[in-house]
Amino acid sequence: MLEASASDRLPTQADVVVIGGGVVGCAIARELSRYRLSVVVLERAPDVAMGTSKANSGILHAGFDAEPGTWKARLNVRGARLYREISEDLGIPRRRVGSLVVAQDADQLATLEELRLRGIENGLTGLALWGRDELLAHEPNLSPELVGALWAPMAAIVCPFTATFAFAENAIRNGARIVTECAVTGIEVVDNRVTAVKTSLGRIATSYVVNAAGVHSGEVALMAGDDSFTITPRRGEYVLFDHSVGDLVRSVVFPTPTKLSKGILVAPTVHGNVFIGPNASDIEDLEDHETTRHGFAEIISGARRVVPNLPLGNAITEFAGIRAVAGKDFVIGLSPVTGGLVHAAGIQSPGLTAAPAIAETIVEYLGEAGLKLVPNPAFTPINPVRPKFVDMSIGERARLIAADPLYGRIICRCESITEGEIVAAIQAPCGARTMDGVKRRVRAGMGRCQGGFCGPRVTAIIARELGVAVTEVCKDSAGSWLYLPRSETVSAEPNHA
Amino acid sequence: MHEFHYDVVTIGGGPAGMAAALSAKDAGAKQVLIIERDRELGGILQQCIHNGFGLRRFDKELTGPGYAHRYIEMVKQAGIDVWLDSTVLSADPGGIITSVSPDKGMRVVTCAATVYSMGCRERTRGAIRIPGSRPAGVLTAGAAQRMVNMEGYSPGRNVVIVGSGDIGLIMARRMSLEGAHVKAVFEIMPYSNGLNRNIVQCLEDFDIPLHLSHSVVAVHGEDHVTGITVAKVDAKLNPIAGTEFDMDCDCLLLSVGLIPENELGRAHALEIDPVTGGAVVDQFRRTNMSGFFAAGNVLHVHDLVDWVSQEAEIAGRSAALHALGKLPKVNVFRSVAAGDGIRYVVPQKLSPPGGRPTVRFFMRATQPMGASVVQLHADGQIVWESNHPVVKPSEMIVADIPWKKIGAAREISFTVAPAPEEPESRDAPQAEEAL
Ligand SMILES: Cc1cc2nc3c(=O)[nH]c(=O)nc-3n(C[C@H](O)[C@H](O)[C@H](O)COP(=O)(O)OP(=O)(O)OC[C@H]3O[C@@H](n4cnc5c(N)ncnc54)[C@H](O)[C@@H]3O)c2cc1C
Repeated sequence: MLEASASDRLPTQADVVVIGGGVVGCAIARELSRYRLSVVVLERAPDVAMGTSKANSGILHAGFDAEPGTWKARLNVRGARLYREISEDLGIPRRRVGSLVVAQDADQLATLEELRLRGIENGLTGLALWGRDELLAHEPNLSPELVGALWAPMAAIVCPFTATFAFAENAIRNGARIVTECAVTGIEVVDNRVTAVKTSLGRIATSYVVNAAGVHSGEVALMAGDDSFTITPRRGEYVLFDHSVGDLVRSVVFPTPTKLSKGILVAPTVHGNVFIGPNASDIEDLEDHETTRHGFAEIISGARRVVPNLPLGNAITEFAGIRAVAGKDFVIGLSPVTGGLVHAAGIQSPGLTAAPAIAETIVEYLGEAGLKLVPNPAFTPINPVRPKFVDMSIGERARLIAADPLYGRIICRCESITEGEIVAAIQAPCGARTMDGVKRRVRAGMGRCQGGFCGPRVTAIIARELGVAVTEVCKDSAGSWLYLPRSETVSAEPNHA
Repeated sequence: MHEFHYDVVTIGGGPAGMAAALSAKDAGAKQVLIIERDRELGGILQQCIHNGFGLRRFDKELTGPGYAHRYIEMVKQAGIDVWLDSTVLSADPGGIITSVSPDKGMRVVTCAATVYSMGCRERTRGAIRIPGSRPAGVLTAGAAQRMVNMEGYSPGRNVVIVGSGDIGLIMARRMSLEGAHVKAVFEIMPYSNGLNRNIVQCLEDFDIPLHLSHSVVAVHGEDHVTGITVAKVDAKLNPIAGTEFDMDCDCLLLSVGLIPENELGRAHALEIDPVTGGAVVDQFRRTNMSGFFAAGNVLHVHDLVDWVSQEAEIAGRSAALHALGKLPKVNVFRSVAAGDGIRYVVPQKLSPPGGRPTVRFFMRATQPMGASVVQLHADGQIVWESNHPVVKPSEMIVADIPWKKIGAAREISFTVAPAPEEPESRDAPQAEEAL
């Protein structure tokens, strides 16, 4: 991909360097942008939201399943509350759909009662135990063999990509910088204190480093000589269904959890699709996103116990996300070894929910470690609203197209996404530079044809807007080229990569 | 906002939409409109630069654009209005069609009759759940075809094709001509889903191996695809352990089926045939939604464009008659069943005959067979049959049935079975237009 020279992109000094542009790193950058600080997020992928933040269940969990007193419990409940306002301010699609934990027998009903009590201990109100009839009236497609459920009305769903992009965009609007395609390769430590971060693009001097590197947070800690935790990657696979079967369930439906996992859920997405998953398998490789036949079989049979008639013919895609497991709880706080290093590590579920609360906590720790927190008077908590053609009335559409005709050309027919929206997503702060970047920001290619129709068109738009050749447009990562010049051209230009 | 009124509107300006609009005009509709989202008419034909179109319709082997061009000229001559670069967002009961385009903005059209002619889309990797990583370089054959033929880019140099549908076979040849190495075509079924002529001209002539009863069990590569793992499958289509092997490639093209694009109808109560994925229609190509007709790949996936044009002529004419108030209203239909050996029949139901002596049925067999006999059963009696040297799911069976054979029968079904020893032909299919 064409870039300005490395030195233009990477500052030589920053007050705080955040390593990792997932939802956690971006939420932290946004929280830091409330203060007069130079903040730089370093992300090694070509876009933010390329790690765990792009492949998860998208649920704002109610917060009854974590052990009382843990980070998970506290930050889940607080994070879910923060999203109520943040999603409005930042334009993160969020829907309060409620969640159900369903029971198959009397033993499981007893577990539900334990969960309810734990929820109360975690500060939740409104949890209710439902009988079979109430459950089936709410969710007619569930198995009639189920005997009851725990209802959590406050559970919500969000778009996990938009959440990450929105935090990133707001951070940038408030002065933070996000440098993509910049891998952290080392951390300089002098007298047990962080002094600089070494990257693939050069060195940044800094006294404060936040480790939000997801599954790689263990490696990042080691770069600063901190071996206080390690990360075990645990993969979860999903099958996603088209919105034509979006009414399969109204709420997020969990089976009763076991000691090992929350089980296979059946849940709506905020955009009207439905998914089943995830399973949980420990893997060797931190980046092993492969889906497996065995995994599909596991999630399909798990989901069938809850919803016997799965619309398998309407599956549109399968994917896998990787949980960064550091033990039972998140690793949050000052490094026990190296001064100036703060961890937001091992952020497995409910990390998406907890992200804004994690951000607050990390900023408190930075303050404790000596970072001066002077309020940024120019801070704006709000992102401007970008038009969404599909949600508009006919009159609004007419006015929009009159102002910018590109909003009158539908590029993605499955999701009715216009060229205007795609161009805006590319031009925005922290804008899209890849096919998947466009897809995750505006959903072009997210529908039932999975880009079969709009793919070539979106490629051409990206090339035009970024001023690069079609052959330079990538799917997601730097090596994920899509098209080569045709052979005649190749023989004329043998050196083209 | 502007409002427009037309007698007949076709949604989609591919071969079906153009033929329907032309025959609607012929049948007396005064104001006819084609709405097309692309910048030119012709639909998928415009990217099909190979030969093989029009043998039946024009008695000539044309390229896709060549076939489209003939229709585009006819549409111009006929005084049919055409809106290009215009996407239909909704088509509501009562004939209210909302479209959008960059230069004209939102336009609402009311019309007396609508013909659905939106074509189909390709089945994707997700729909058939191929496991593995999700790198770049895995795409549907049709998307690749557009990129190569219309935009002038190539999706790779070492190509493997999954599925032996016609687009896959055509792309095997296209990529070979582009200088790519097409290493193999893998088909999960024990037979090919493409036309025989395509297997010969696109694979055999280029020495590209076709592996039947094989399935891709994993895709490899983190950024860009680097290879796949393939295995043999058993009779239930499950991979057989121990038969796996790897093959390197930098491009995986999928040709694993086409799905009628009926989202506009699904938004309402359009009755869909679960087998074809298209609307349930009578011999007039009339759907259960009053004033809505359907033709072409949006109704059922055809293997030859010639059949699409013919079917669309029926739908266009019916739409015109409906607009003119001349198409008899019916509430009771007789259904036509797909019996043994037949996967589907279109039309799926019959209303009272409309003046013509015969009615044409399109059918597909469930599996390949040698010499076979297709039979029509009416109230338990075999009233018509025709012999075929071979029958394949990929090649449409076309039957023109005289109404007098159907008579007043209530139970109507088609079957196909291996032919008895000495076949004796009674009614061979006729080429004349039937309704
Ligand atoms: C299957 C599954 C389901 C889940 N469901 C939910 C849910 O429903 N609700 C919920 O609240 N949570 C859920 N979670 C958890 C949630 O997804 C995660 O907690 C959250 O996304 C973690 O965000 P992160 O920013 O820590 O990590 P990531 O998103 O992985 O971000 C880390 C980033 O750091 C970058 N990076 C790493 N090393 C370097 C380096 N050396 N230099 C530069 N950059 C680097 C990576 O490229 C990556 O972009 C789920 C998780 C999984 C796996």
